Parts: sequence; C-alpha cells; structure tokens
Amino acid sequence: MKSYELEKRKYVIGAMAIGIVLLFIIRLFSLQIMSDDYKENADSNAFLKKVQYPSRGIITDRNGNLLVYNSPAYDIMVVMSEVSALDTLDFCETLGITKEFFDRRMSEIKDRRRNLGYSRFTQQLFMSQLSPEEFSVFHEKQFRYPGFYSQRRSVRQYETSYAAHVLGDIGEVSPLDVKNDDYYQNGDLIGKQGVERAYEKQLRGEKGVQVLLRDARGRIKGHYLEGKLDRKAVPGKNLTLGLDLKLQALGERLMEGKLGSIVAIEPATGEILCMVSAPTYDPRMMVGRQRGENHLLLSKNPLKPLLNRSIMGQYPPGSTFKTSQALTFLQEGVIKPHTLYPCHGGFLHRGFRLGCHAHASPIPLVPSIATSCNAYFCWGLYYMFGNRNKYESVQVAMNKWRDYMVNMGFGYKLGVDLPGERRGMIPNAQYYDKAYRGAWNAVTVVSISIGQGEVSATPLQIANLAATIANRGYFITPHIVKQIQNEPLDSIYTHRRYTGVDSLYYESIVSGMRQAILSGTCRSGNIPGVEICGKTGTAQNRGQDHSAFIGFAPKDNPQIAIAVYVENGGWGADYGVPLGALMIEQYLNGELSPESEEKARVYQNRHIRYGTTAR
Amino acid sequence: MERLQGRKGEGVWKSLDWWTILIYVALLAFGWISICGASYDFELAGNIFSFDSRSGMQLVWIGTSFVLGFVLLMLDDRIYDTFAYIIYGIFLILLFITPFFARDIKGSLSWIKIGSFSIQFAEFAKCATALALAKYMSVYGYSMSRMREALMTCAIIFVPIILIILQKETGSALVYLAFFLVLYREGMPGSILFAGISAVTYFVVGVRYADVPMWHIPMSVGQFIVLLLIFLFTLGLLRVYCGKTDKALKLITIYGIGSIVITFCFAYWVIPFDVTWVLLVLSLFIVGYLCYLALRDRVTNYFYIAMFTLVSLSFSYAVEPVLNEVLQPHQRVRIHVLLGLEDDPSGAGYNVNQAKIAIGSGGLMGKGFLNGTQTKLKYVPEQDTDFIFCTVGEEEGFWGASLVLLLFLALILRLIYLAERQPYAFGRIYGYAVMSVFLFHLFINVGMVLGLTPVIGIPLPFFSYGGSSLWGFTLLLFIFLRIDAARNLSKRY
Repeated sequence: MKSYELEKRKYVIGAMAIGIVLLFIIRLFSLQIMSDDYKENADSNAFLKKVQYPSRGIITDRNGNLLVYNSPAYDIMVVMSEVSALDTLDFCETLGITKEFFDRRMSEIKDRRRNLGYSRFTQQLFMSQLSPEEFSVFHEKQFRYPGFYSQRRSVRQYETSYAAHVLGDIGEVSPLDVKNDDYYQNGDLIGKQGVERAYEKQLRGEKGVQVLLRDARGRIKGHYLEGKLDRKAVPGKNLTLGLDLKLQALGERLMEGKLGSIVAIEPATGEILCMVSAPTYDPRMMVGRQRGENHLLLSKNPLKPLLNRSIMGQYPPGSTFKTSQALTFLQEGVIKPHTLYPCHGGFLHRGFRLGCHAHASPIPLVPSIATSCNAYFCWGLYYMFGNRNKYESVQVAMNKWRDYMVNMGFGYKLGVDLPGERRGMIPNAQYYDKAYRGAWNAVTVVSISIGQGEVSATPLQIANLAATIANRGYFITPHIVKQIQNEPLDSIYTHRRYTGVDSLYYESIVSGMRQAILSGTCRSGNIPGVEICGKTGTAQNRGQDHSAFIGFAPKDNPQIAIAVYVENGGWGADYGVPLGALMIEQYLNGELSPESEEKARVYQNRHIRYGTTAR
Repeated sequence: MERLQGRKGEGVWKSLDWWTILIYVALLAFGWISICGASYDFELAGNIFSFDSRSGMQLVWIGTSFVLGFVLLMLDDRIYDTFAYIIYGIFLILLFITPFFARDIKGSLSWIKIGSFSIQFAEFAKCATALALAKYMSVYGYSMSRMREALMTCAIIFVPIILIILQKETGSALVYLAFFLVLYREGMPGSILFAGISAVTYFVVGVRYADVPMWHIPMSVGQFIVLLLIFLFTLGLLRVYCGKTDKALKLITIYGIGSIVITFCFAYWVIPFDVTWVLLVLSLFIVGYLCYLALRDRVTNYFYIAMFTLVSLSFSYAVEPVLNEVLQPHQRVRIHVLLGLEDDPSGAGYNVNQAKIAIGSGGLMGKGFLNGTQTKLKYVPEQDTDFIFCTVGEEEGFWGASLVLLLFLALILRLIYLAERQPYAFGRIYGYAVMSVFLFHLFINVGMVLGLTPVIGIPLPFFSYGGSSLWGFTLLLFIFLRIDAARNLSKRY
C-alpha cells in the first residue's frame, strides 16, 4: 500500500498550489484595496528620471599639454504629448533648420522601428549638440515652445589638429551599442575610434540620475523619496598619453604629401612617443553635428585618410628585417659575428639569383648590416634551413624561425591599446606546404630573410623591433596611454616580453646599426653629438620601392626607438633615414637646429605623386 | 488501415480533456489582452493587430501555438515514451552548443538566431527533461531509495541546469528545480523537500535582508527572521514527529517564545541591542536539551530534530562568509543580481516599487482595457515580458488579477487530477513535471511582481511576450494532453 500512501501526497502538492495562490490574492488585496498609498502615488505622481551626464575625461600628452577637452553643448529634447500650438515656422527659424528637417525629425522620433524606446510621455532627442551661441537664441524663446526642453551636454574639443588617428572621436551610439550594453540610451555618445573607443569605460565616467516626481500635468514636484534614489554623476577619468605633442607635430609635418607612417617608442617603457599615419585629417572635423558628413567625405577619399596605417597598414619590412634575422642566426648558432659569406652581386645558388648592390666581399656580420648586404642573410637562412643535424626537416627549421619572429613581436597583434590593430604576416611551414604542396626548401623561401616575400608587418611592429634592439632583448607591449587617473595600467603594459635571443648577441647588431650611420647606408642620418643607430629598408613592391628606416638613440641607454615607412619613397636613404634622424633630433634635443629646421621644411614640401586608384 | 486511423483520431477528440484546453485558451486570451495593454501606444491607436506592434506579433505566436497544439494531438502518444532519451540527448547537445553560436543579448548567451527569428532552446529543454525523467522513473522496479538510481535521477535534472547556467540564464536554470516536486510525489522523503525549501528560504531571506536594519535596533532583519524561522521549524518538527502532547514541545514553546518576546520588547523599548544573540543561544540550548532527551529517553527523533536545528544554524551563519570569502566577485554579483540587490543600489527596490505602484493603482475594478497609465509610461521595466502581471493588476484590477490567478490554480489542480488518473507511471510523472513547471513559473514570476520573491527573470506562462516561451509551454502541455487522451486505449500492442 506504499503507492496509496504516496498518492496522498497529491493533497500536499495541491495544498501548496492553493497556498501560493491564496497568498498572492491576499497580497493583491492588500496592495490594491487595503492601501491607498500606491493608488495616490500612481494617480498624482509620475516619475521623471533625469539623466545627469558626467563630464568625459580629458586627454593630455606626456608633458601635460592638453589634447582633448570638453566644452558645453546643448541637446534639444521633446516630449510629444506636451507639444501644443507650436509656431513651426518661428521654431525652425530660431533653430536655423528647415521645415522639411523638422517634419522629418518628428516622424523619425515617432517611428518605433527606429526609435525603440519611444514614448509620448518621455523626453526624446530632437537635435543634438547645439553650440552655446545657437542655444542662446533658442533659450530666449524657449517659453514659447511647450514640450521642448534643453539638456546640457558636453562635446569634445581638440586643442590641436594633430594625432587624429590616435585620439579618435566620439559619436552617437548605434542601435547595436544600446542593445549590447544597458548603460547606453539613444542619443548617448560613445567612443568610435582610437583612444576614445579603447578607453571608453574609463573616459565616460558613470551617468547619474535624478528621480523626480511630477504631477499629472508634468510639473516637477521635487525629488522622489527625498532624493534617496538619486545618483550623482561620476566624472570620467583623465588620461595621460605617452605621445610627445611636438614630436607628433613634426612627424605629421614631415609626412605631408606622402603615404606611410612614423612610430616612435620609448624602449624602456613601451610608451608610444608618436604615431603618425599619413595622410591624416584634422580631428576637429569630427566634432558635433558635422561629424557624419565629414566622416562620409573622408571615407570616400581614395587615399584612405581614416586608416591608421601605423597599426592597420601591413607592409613588407624590407631590409630593416635583417636585424631580426642576424639575431636568430646568432642564437641558433648558424653564424658567429666573424662568419664570412660571399656576395658577388647577390645570392647565387644553382641558377637562383637574388641581387645585391656592389660592396666588398666576403664580409662578416657587422659590415653586412651596415651595408645591408642581401646575400649575407640569404646564406644565413640557407644554412639554417639546410642544417639537417640540428633540424630534422626544413619544416622544423621553418617553424623554429617562425617562433623567433613571433617572440620579436611579429605575426600576431602586439596588443596595443587601440582598436583595429592588424597582425601582419609571418608564414610557417604549413603555409608553404600548402602553397608548394610540400616541395620547397630554403632557396624557395629565401626572400623572407630580407623582409620580402610572404613577410609583412605593421609599422608599429617594425618600430617595436627597433625597441627590442635598443633594449637588447626584450620589449614592453607598446601602448598609447601612459597613465589613467586613479587606475593602474593593464599589467601587459608593464611586463617585459623577452625575445629569446641573448643580450650578448644584440651588441653585434647594435654595432652594425651604428656602423650604418657612420659609414653605411644611413650616412645621411648622422647627427653630430648624438649616437644614433639605424638600419635602412627598401621594400620592393609592384610600384616604386617603399622607403623604410628603423633606428634608436642614443646607442647606450636609448631614449627613443623609431620606425619610418614611406610608401613608394624609393631607397631607404631617400626618405626613411632623413625623416628618422630629424625625429630623433627633435625628441632628444627638444628642438631642431636651424640647419635641420631647413631640412625639415624641404622634406615637408617634397610630395610624392600617387595615383588616384584605390589603395 | 484508413478506418483504423480515422477511429484513432476520433478517439483523441473524444477522450481529450477539454477543460484544460478551455483554461489554456482563456489564459491565452487574457495574456493577449495584457500584451496589448503593456505595449499599446497612444500614437498607434487602433493598430493592435498590426504586425509592427508586439500585440500583433503575439497573435502570430498564439496562432502558431494552436497549430503546434493541433499537430501534437495528431501525433501518436507513444513516440514520447519511445524517443524520450533521444529527444533529451538532442536538447542537451543543443544547449551545450548554444553559447558558442549565441549572440550576446544583455549578457545572456541563450538566444540562437535562425533566419530573422531568435530562439531560446532552454524553453524547450524543459519538456525534453520532463520526458526523460518520466521515462527513467517509470521503468519497472525503479526505486529512489537506491543510490545509483537516485543519482541518475538527479543527473537528469542537473545536467541541463548546468548547461543553462553556462548560457548565463540562471533564472531559466532554476526552473528545473521544480522537478523535485515530482520526485516528492514519486517517493522522495518529505524531509528532503522540507530541508531544501528551508535552505532556500534561509539563503534568500538571509542574503536579501542582510543589510536592512530593524528600526532602531542594531541588528539585521535577515538574520533575525532566519533565526526565528529555525526556531519555528524546530517547534513544527517536534509537533509533527513527537506528537502534540510532547513535554519537550510544551517546555520549549513556553520558555522559548517567552524569552524571545521579552528580550525583543526590552530591545525595542529599553536598550536597543542585537537580539539575534539571544535567539542563537536559545537555539543552541534547544539543541543541547534535545540531545540530552535523545540520550535519556532513547528517542532518535529528538536527535534528528536537534541535528536539523544545528545544521540550519551553521548553514545560516555560513552563507555570509562563503558568499564574501569563497566565491569570486563575479559569482557574488550574479547571486546578488538574482536576488535583486545589484540592479538596485539604493536597496529600496525601485523596479519592484514601480511594479507595486502600477498594481496598487488598479484598485478593485482596474482602469480598464488599454487605460493603464503606469505601464504605458514605461515606468515598469520589462513590462511586456517578466513584469506583465503589472498590466493585469493595473488594467483589470483586483478582480481580474485574482481571476487570472484562479485560472492558473485551476490549471494546476486539473493537471494534478489528470496526472493521478494516468494508468501508467510515465504519464503520471510527466503530468506532475508539467504541473511543477507551471507552478514554479507562477510562484516566482507573480511573487516577484508582488515583491514577495527575489527578482528572477522568468516568464509568466501564456502571458509574457515571446514565441519561444509560448511554444515551450504549449509543447509541454499538449504532449501531456495527448498522453492523457490515450489513457483508455489501455490495450497496448
């Protein structure tokens, strides 16, 4: 009869259900009939949640120069249910808008498909970001337009025309942002690019809210629960960037009329001292109501000024890459600093030829870097990939090589604190197995040893290579933001990342790069009194060669590491070296000497002719 | 062959439980009216049938639900018994892969987009779990008292719970706990259910009201209520298991209640101090006394009750440190969100308060269809999904809201009746599972709107807007109706 006993439990369960419903009905009774409080609350009082916008954090450069700040602006809000007897013409005239704009805007607000949170009884955004002058006209007459309110906001102002790509801009949130993050409402502003986007959470602060009571006619009756539910807005945090404004300004001057990028890093900290991407634009174009129009204009420009080439451009690193090769060969024991390789007009192997310019032969490592000998590095790679005692197959050797490149910061995103970084390209054995169906060897891929072929890197990665050499074997992930107010930096921006090559081996590379300045390919970059080390790069591509340069200075205890990349600039010495040297001089001395100033002017005005085809 | 099918179809319509269908249709009708009220816009007056509005879309969901119900009734009832495990397995896989394909919608990874529709498998997995549970427990010779089978039963319930928690849908996951009511009906000792409910109560009350002071007395309301509950539960257990005339019961009742009242009054009027210490000492004293009695009179029940009290005490005191020390901050936040502490930093319950105002403003008769103002002004959050009952309260008033609750009660009681008349354990267990899910949803959802239970975002069956949940509930109900309709065809071949 156990089953019968259990069947009785239906009464327990039924009683539970009855108990729950009974409890609810009693509760309903007490809420709806016993107590008048709630009814009164609802009848006479409705709530108005007034949002208090925090001021966005300001942005300064490493020396405290103001870059981005806020200035007041006004939004015009409308409550549809309160709009009555509006003199539309007068209203439009006051705001300087057309009747068509007014009609379109009103129907847009009412369109629930576009304006998801629409309600007739709450404030809806009518027009955003009026300047104080525009607003004062409206404010005088505001009493004539019932249902229209104003809300003070702040807009971003840029102190200078520089560093547009780094600073980025803010704009109205997209419907997707609103959907993904409860914090945002239609009409809110959000960082769209650059630092503004990467540090949105820190910069935006925390919105406050005032819960106000109002009566049936919409009149404000004070704070609900004596303001117990109100929250004060918390201002956004200020940011200090690692950028040096003067250096950035010079970089942008020098890159006028050219395509490319200059990136400088402080080796000891990984802070980015300048990040120039040319062509650039004036960030002040991206403020206020003109943003949409200007943004469209820039995005249609075939030279792609919106692209931050420093982190999004992927270029063959050319001969600047040879430094990384020498380090790999030294660490793997393929060469010693005194190892000699022949070069008679290039790398010759069973009919395969990769050319080089005329210089003494055979030569050891240091002069090979100084004169940028192609053959030396081809032979290095050839012997490394062909060493069957050390590596069981060319695939193993290839992947070993890949590991070194990755440890030096190539092939993957470095993790800079800007959105949109690209990873560049470092091929691995599988890549070539697929491309050549397994039939390949060191000679097939030898051009990667001189930074050509399948290899590509962003200017930031190339600058980072210079930083690892300056540091003799490690780097700190490059980052734009030096300091966040009351908040530590992410630990990846304080930790050293070692390349896996002994610091001992770096000294030969440094000597080679110093030699390049004194008597090699970088002679034009010599500045008296400063021990600059440098390496040119001339990257072949479909059109005119790209001109590249990496360098750092001073040789001991380096303060700045730099990469210059000028698209179709010709030889490394044509643009890369002089531009790099000017930048280093500016940073180390704080100014340019009169001769250098003259030189800077020459390069500023020397423009490269690019076609208008899409690139 | 054709004639046979014809007869079978006839049989279904004849033995179908039309009462349940009637309640189902009535609830859907009420639900649709509420959706109209909640999403109605004065601008779009007269356009409640437009597919742009939520009320119009809900009509589509209701229509498709009818089709779904019809199809389910036409299918053979034995497929559920036969394929229960396969259906369950498929849904486990779907639940497992969902987070990998889901789009992040406000932190939840449970929605899969198929074409232009988003679908939430968690809503359908309830049905699959109920089927699997019914199948497993209806096997001949099944007994919950065997460890292996008890563990398997728990596993069937907890695997989907874990998978749904991984989708960050803790609320939906908790629904599966309702199946323990089924286990209770099928022979799980009542003390386990009681212990479980007590533990949840201690936890919810203790954490929810931990930081609320009791007037001017320096103690936490949560702790006080929990200790008082432990004391009362102990008394209740003594009464049930040791008889009304038990001497210890009388003694503890008189001295216990006496001392609590006296110290409380003392703290209230004379010197405010933390009364919880008195309760703690009192409870410990009771534990000691019961242990002494157990040894003296050789009555093991005393000992078990003492253990219950002791475990309850340790549990209630362990909750806070575990929450603050052991759990990771994000886990703590999730629990706080579940209890409605996080959304609501002021602690005054803005959302729930808004809901209460909306309901309270309905009065006896309500404001009438589409005349509610509180819900329409969007003061109530999630007003057409989780907080839909506000609209019922505001527009239909006390009568309407009570009627809706009674309809739900009728549905639940009817389901119990139907479940009990099943000739096979499979049908009965599945029926109880369906009933439990409805009861749990009703309890949590309406309780939340009325400010009685924690704010856990689960829908009110047939009322909350959305296709996934409506289809899920229809599926659950109509499978059972189909099984029930076949109860007389007892000659199985």
